[in-house]
Amino acid sequence: MGGGSDAAPRRSRHHDAVSTSTVLLVLGAFLASAVEMVEALTIVLGVGIVRGWRSTLIGVAAATIVLAALVAALGPALRVVPIETLRLVVGALLLAFGLQWLRKAILRSSGYMPHRDEDAAFRRQREQAALAGHEERAGLDWYSFTVAFKGVLLEGLEVVFIVISFGSAQNRIGLAAAGAAAAVVVVVGAGVLARGPLERVPENTIKYAVGLLLTSFGCFWGAEGVGVTWPGDELSLLGVIAFIGAVSFLLVRALRRRLALAPVEAPA
Amino acid sequence: MRYVRSFALFWWNFVVGDDWRVAAGLAVALGLTSLLTHEGVNAWWLLPVAIVLLLAGSLWRETRRAA
Repeated sequence: MGGGSDAAPRRSRHHDAVSTSTVLLVLGAFLASAVEMVEALTIVLGVGIVRGWRSTLIGVAAATIVLAALVAALGPALRVVPIETLRLVVGALLLAFGLQWLRKAILRSSGYMPHRDEDAAFRRQREQAALAGHEERAGLDWYSFTVAFKGVLLEGLEVVFIVISFGSAQNRIGLAAAGAAAAVVVVVGAGVLARGPLERVPENTIKYAVGLLLTSFGCFWGAEGVGVTWPGDELSLLGVIAFIGAVSFLLVRALRRRLALAPVEAPA
Repeated sequence: MRYVRSFALFWWNFVVGDDWRVAAGLAVALGLTSLLTHEGVNAWWLLPVAIVLLLAGSLWRETRRAA
């Protein structure tokens, strides 16, 4: 229980005013949500346009309710965990999760992994939706409902994870959720205006930025969780971002050069 | 049983991802940082260095496999 008694002063140190980490927290939640919602939008549009909107939108609404319930239930529950323990666990998870995003973004930027093609994904989704048989359950086109539900739920789970981890470690879940919700509004609005998938969104650049933020926050909080005192306190977060950002930029350049120098296979 | 297996696999892929060595390395780095801190050394530098080494190692393995 000792950890709980000194939790309050530690919490207040980081959220008395609009600080660097608060701005980065909202930005991280917004960008992560935006990029995941672009992918979810492609799935929803592909199904809705081909098979109709009623069952598709009910699937979207059901997934949104589940995701909102997860944030509402887990957010307050994490408040009882001592802040050092929370930061260690959240930091470790964010590090593991963020490095996956950063690694994939570097592989894509350097040419070792193809970029995600929203237009191709949209065409594939439409073809599958057109070929799928019609099965009605509970008055719903079951294919449209389940594909929309699973699409939004799976893409949204990453956003929920980021909102809860970012928010709980700074005791600002509401702010992180607002950042994520703003991205949903922007992406859905853009999708309605474009009447199609948002293939022009620089997804890999956004994923790169999110991976960088997740990894840097994970490093900052993980180290704080095991008792480290950062020089310059919160300002060192910017130093961590700059350091990991610079190294990842050099890694992209090195991998590009390696790929360019790779022996080209002779035609048969 | 299949449901439990799928559930565990989903979370493994969600958190650990393609390269388990990165997750294991992070656990070791956090453990070392904790150990040094409790010995009186403020090892704030250890985790950023470990992160870039683990990232570079993981990319090296992945691109070597692709080549």
